[in-house]
Order: sequence, then C-alpha cells, then structure tokens
Amino acid sequence: MSGRLAALRPGLGPLRPRGFGGPLTLGLGTCFLSLIVLIPLAAVIWRSQSDGADTFWAAISSPRAVSALQLTVGISLAVALINTVMGILIAWVLVRDRFPGRRLVDALIDMPFALPTIVAGLTMIALYGPRSPLGVDVAYTRAGIALALLFVTLPFVVRAVQPVLMELDREVEDAAASLGAKPRTIFLRVILPNLRPAVLTGVGLAFSRALGEFGSVVLIAGNVPFKTELSSVLIFGHIESGNPAGAAAVSVVLLAISLVVLVGLSIGERMGGDRAR
Amino acid sequence: MPANGGGHAAAPPLAAVGGGRRGAGRWALRGAAFGYLALILVVPLGMVGWRAFGDGVGPVLDALDNRFFLHALWLTAIITLITVVANTIFGVAIAMVLARRRGVGGAILSALVTLPLAVSPVIVGLALVLVWGRQGWFGGALADQGIQVIFALPGMVLASIFISLPFVAREVAPLLREIGTEQQEAAATLGASPLQTFRRITLPAIRWGIAYGVVLTTARALGEYGAVAVVSGHLLGRTETLTLHVEDRFQAFDIVGAYTAALVLAFLALLAVVTMHLTRPKESRS
Repeated sequence: MSGRLAALRPGLGPLRPRGFGGPLTLGLGTCFLSLIVLIPLAAVIWRSQSDGADTFWAAISSPRAVSALQLTVGISLAVALINTVMGILIAWVLVRDRFPGRRLVDALIDMPFALPTIVAGLTMIALYGPRSPLGVDVAYTRAGIALALLFVTLPFVVRAVQPVLMELDREVEDAAASLGAKPRTIFLRVILPNLRPAVLTGVGLAFSRALGEFGSVVLIAGNVPFKTELSSVLIFGHIESGNPAGAAAVSVVLLAISLVVLVGLSIGERMGGDRAR
Repeated sequence: MPANGGGHAAAPPLAAVGGGRRGAGRWALRGAAFGYLALILVVPLGMVGWRAFGDGVGPVLDALDNRFFLHALWLTAIITLITVVANTIFGVAIAMVLARRRGVGGAILSALVTLPLAVSPVIVGLALVLVWGRQGWFGGALADQGIQVIFALPGMVLASIFISLPFVAREVAPLLREIGTEQQEAAATLGASPLQTFRRITLPAIRWGIAYGVVLTTARALGEYGAVAVVSGHLLGRTETLTLHVEDRFQAFDIVGAYTAALVLAFLALLAVVTMHLTRPKESRS
C-alpha cells in the first residue's frame, strides 16, 4: 500500500501519491454538490415550513392535494407492477431466446431513457390520442397517464433483471427438470427467487421515477383537478400561480416518499446482495 | 440504463436447451414480449415520424427553418455543452473521491450523487427558483448586481447540471475502484507530478467510462423538460429550448412543428442509444 511504496523514497518525507484524489478534490466535489444539489433542496424544505406548520398542513391536506397524491401513488404503483411482469418477460426473451435482431431490440429498450420526456408524451398522444389511428383515445384520462408512465419506466426492471438472468446457473434448472419439475415450477421455485433482489431494485426505481414524472404526462393528462392531476403537475401549477409555499409543501411529501422507497431499496439490496453472494 | 458494469461471460453455447419441447411456450413468451414492446415503444415512436411527415416534406422543412426552432436548437446546444463540460470535470473529481472513500462518508457522498435521479424535475425547478429567484436566498443579491439567473440562461444551465449530475460520476467511479491506486502510487514514486499521473495512468483507464457518461449526460441535458420549464419562463425566442419548443408548438396546434422538433430530438436520442451500445465494453453485452 501507500506506506510501502513511500518507503522507496527515503528522506523525502511523506509522499502524497493520491494526487487528484486528495483533499482538494474532496473539497471541490463537496462544494459543487452542495451548491448544485444540497442547497436548492434545502431551500425547498425550508420554504415548505417558512410560512408556519399550519400553512404546510393546509397545503398538503387540501382535498385537491390529497387526491393528486393518491392518484400519483396509485398509478405509479400499478405502472411499476405491470412493468415488473412485462420487464421480467422481456428480459427473459432477450437473454434466453435467440432471434435475429436481438441486439437491436436490446438497444431499443434504452430509448425511453434517452428520449426527452416531452417527446415521449407526444409519442403516446400520436398513437393513443384524439387522432389515434387505432381508434383508441385515452387523452385526458387516467389510462393515458398510465400509458405514458409505462413507456417511461419500461427499462428499469428489464435492465435490473437482465444481468442476473445472464449469470444464472443453468445446471440447477436442468437438475430440477430432470427431477421432474414442470417449467412453471422451475420458474417459480428456482429462477424467480434468484431474481428477487434485482426485481426489487427495478420496481423501486420505476416507482420512484413514476412518482416524480412530469414531462411525459403533462400533455396527455389534461391535468383536471380531482381526476387527472398528478402531484408533479400540481406542484407546477402552484409555482406558476405564485404559491411557492404550497409547491414546496407538496414537493416535500413527494420527496419523502421517494426517499423512503430508495432507502428501503438500498437496505433490501444490501441484504439481498449478501444472500446472493 | 446499462447493466451496471459487472462483466458477464458470453451467452451459454447451448442457446435453447430443451427448446424444441417447449416451442409453443417460447413463441408465446416471444409474442407477448414483442407485442408489448410494439404497443408501448416501437409503434408510438414510429408515429412521431408519421405525424411529422403527414403533410409531406415541405411543411417539415418549413418547421426546421423556423426562426424560433433554430433559436431553440442553438440554445439547447449551448446549455448541453456547458452542462457536459461541467459535469465531466466535476463528475470525474467526484468519482475520484467516491472511489477512494469508504465507510459513512463515502456512502453519504454516493447517495448525494444519486439523489438527482430520484428528484422530480419540477421539484428541481422549484428548488432553483427558491435559491436563485428574485425572492430567493441568493437571487436577490445577484439581481441587485444586475445578474439574472431565473428566467435566463444561467438558471437553465443550473437545472440541466442538476438533472444530469450523476452520470459521469457513476460511470467512472467503478472503473477507478477497479484499477486501484497501486499504479498511481508507483508513478508518483517514480517522480511523476499529479498531473502527469492523471494524464498517463488514470485517464487511459477511465476514458471509456467518461465517454459513456458524456453520452448519457448529453442525452439527458438535451431532453430535459420539467426543470427547465419551471426556470425558463417560456420566453419565446429567448429562453425556449427544443423541448419547450415542442410543447409550445403543440399548445399552439402547430402539429407539424411540434412533431418535427420532436423528431429531431428523437433522432438525437436514437443516436445516443446507438453510441451507447457501440461503445459499451463487449464483455458486458453478450
């Protein structure tokens, strides 16, 4: 280690071989992170409280805010679950199946990550909006919101499950099969338990992404209070109408849910990781 | 996003063990997966092109030649460029700290770097307004100096940097951890300056991580909408990026204009995805 190598240069005092990894970089990195991320987020939390606890409570307990939050959490949960099932299925087909154009399909999975959210929303409107060639018009409905969120959160479970599926030991499955287990049993009892930590990660990420999603839903949702207004859209509305305290209050609730999910996720990941090793 | 680093062995040689026996089941799975992808992903994407070119090529060319479109394109390019430069430099710096620090400090820093991925873009916008707006923590003092952050370029750049902060750092940190510090120490022992060590030892080892992170940062910065929508003020021809232009055209019932700008953005996104898959180290993709 560093001590051993430093000993090769006697008489020159302690060597600082880390160069760019030293305290200067640490200070620089911390300053940058504070200025860009920490201070602004602290301002949101501060602003949510600065008009007093009553204002905060009134902002988050108003029927409109509660309805928006219920819709947001409910629809995010539903979307995360649908994309869990479909994500495992797609990952399975991509890893275990062989077909021409597999790499192309694999690359396409990343499109929702790279595509601007507003374009994603427009994309869904083009196919499922007022002038839909399929004759399906879900614009300004909850189904429309769900479709947009399904698009945006598609890659999370696929990308979480794929590497685990690739590394899975096939011999165990063969052993189970030779002992007479049906494909369904093999999947449920042998494969799925191995995927569980990865699936959890994917679901958590998809859920927390859906919670805060704005660009892809803002056009298709129609944003009717009590019907198709999500929390993120409500926050935007509060900002535009000059109510930063209200916007900050709803933001804090959304941030808190997101944080709980991600912390729970990293704890679960650590435990799952220990088991998988 | 990418299958996090961890190299994988190539696909098993016997692709479909017992596949023939379960042929029908395999086709059912395949059909379900393709059907879902078609309905959620492929057909909607195709529709963007269809809508843009619905009235022929002429209107598309007009939309591309539109003054506000060109300004939005230019503004987006500037914001993206500044964002990529800032997040590459600081991303590598943060990665170096991340790679060398373990324990609580490292965990907190790592969580901080990941945080922007979990925050709603609208909240990012709100946060920036609260700090840099006229009534914000720092914004008032800056306004007195004649510096406007919100409803101007600096605010949009800050939003873009916030949103795309994690990518370079998260791609580079694992690479740095993998190579360890021995080589750098050896170089330093032999009398190399920190700058030389960085250029000759560290940089070659992390350059693909940087490249990959830059592609991700670019894609994210190009396409940011929510945070920028809050801080930009939607000033036509002044603070309108491409994504805001798409929304603006759509609200103005200029369908061709909206879908043309969307098509440009979709093309750039496709370019990013293709680059990502071509630059991804081979061993992590079978």
